[in-house]
Amino acid sequence: MVDQSAVGRAFTPVTARVEPGRLRFFLDTLGETNPVYRDEAAAPVPPTYLFCLEMMDATVPFEFLTALGIDLARVLHGEQRFDYHAPVVIGDTLTFHPRVASVTDKKGGAMTLIVVDTPVTNQNGIHVADVSRTIVVRNARPS
Amino acid sequence: MSSSVPSVGDVIVHKEFPPITRHRLALYCGASGDHNPIHVDIDFAKAAGFPDVFAHGMLVMGYLGQALTDAVAPSRIRSFSTRFAAITQLGAKLTCEGTVTELIEQGGEQRAKLALTTKDQNGEIKLAGEAIIAL
Repeated sequence: MVDQSAVGRAFTPVTARVEPGRLRFFLDTLGETNPVYRDEAAAPVPPTYLFCLEMMDATVPFEFLTALGIDLARVLHGEQRFDYHAPVVIGDTLTFHPRVASVTDKKGGAMTLIVVDTPVTNQNGIHVADVSRTIVVRNARPS
Repeated sequence: MSSSVPSVGDVIVHKEFPPITRHRLALYCGASGDHNPIHVDIDFAKAAGFPDVFAHGMLVMGYLGQALTDAVAPSRIRSFSTRFAAITQLGAKLTCEGTVTELIEQGGEQRAKLALTTKDQNGEIKLAGEAIIAL
């Protein structure tokens, strides 16, 4: 089980480019037809897309789970938050810096909530966003 | 909305989406980079104790984000957060809504706080969230 020693732990930064082709795949998958996203010269990214970029270009998929010894099959997404500080558009190259912010046991240890905070910077070093995810680990019953 | 300031209680976000299919989950797996097999591989899902595959929370939040940016330009969203209240099953027909709960001055600009929900066809809340937008 993950304990307080995980708090503060940082994982490998992920660098991802906002590419028009794979953004189009995302938009089409969601049935998104809003023309604001289709200007390939300077379209903004959809509000949840930062989450995807980090996963797409991670060199080690689900690194924070394997690093903390968590079984992927026991994980649910509890909460998700985005704070946007500056525009992110097609062509940008973003760097994600994930770090464990908190670990909380719930229901007498039946579940553990882990918050991973991820500041995001762009190719000019501008802090464009903060992404925060809370995952819920369904712990195995003690035998 | 730059021309008309919303009032507390106004429902400014409302959108309905087609039922969630296995095909949609497979596409989202590829398009999002979230390759967790629990959303596309029924054998894996059953071994993990679930009756079937189920939707990625972030697919559902993606729909909520789409409903939000139908009403508000992406450049005016300051924050967007949600709690995943319940698992979204295959076949779910989702409705996303956003209601103005507060008008505030923050960061040197006028902003509105929105309460956001995503419900399925039975009215069960799947996502409960919040956005702060610049007016």
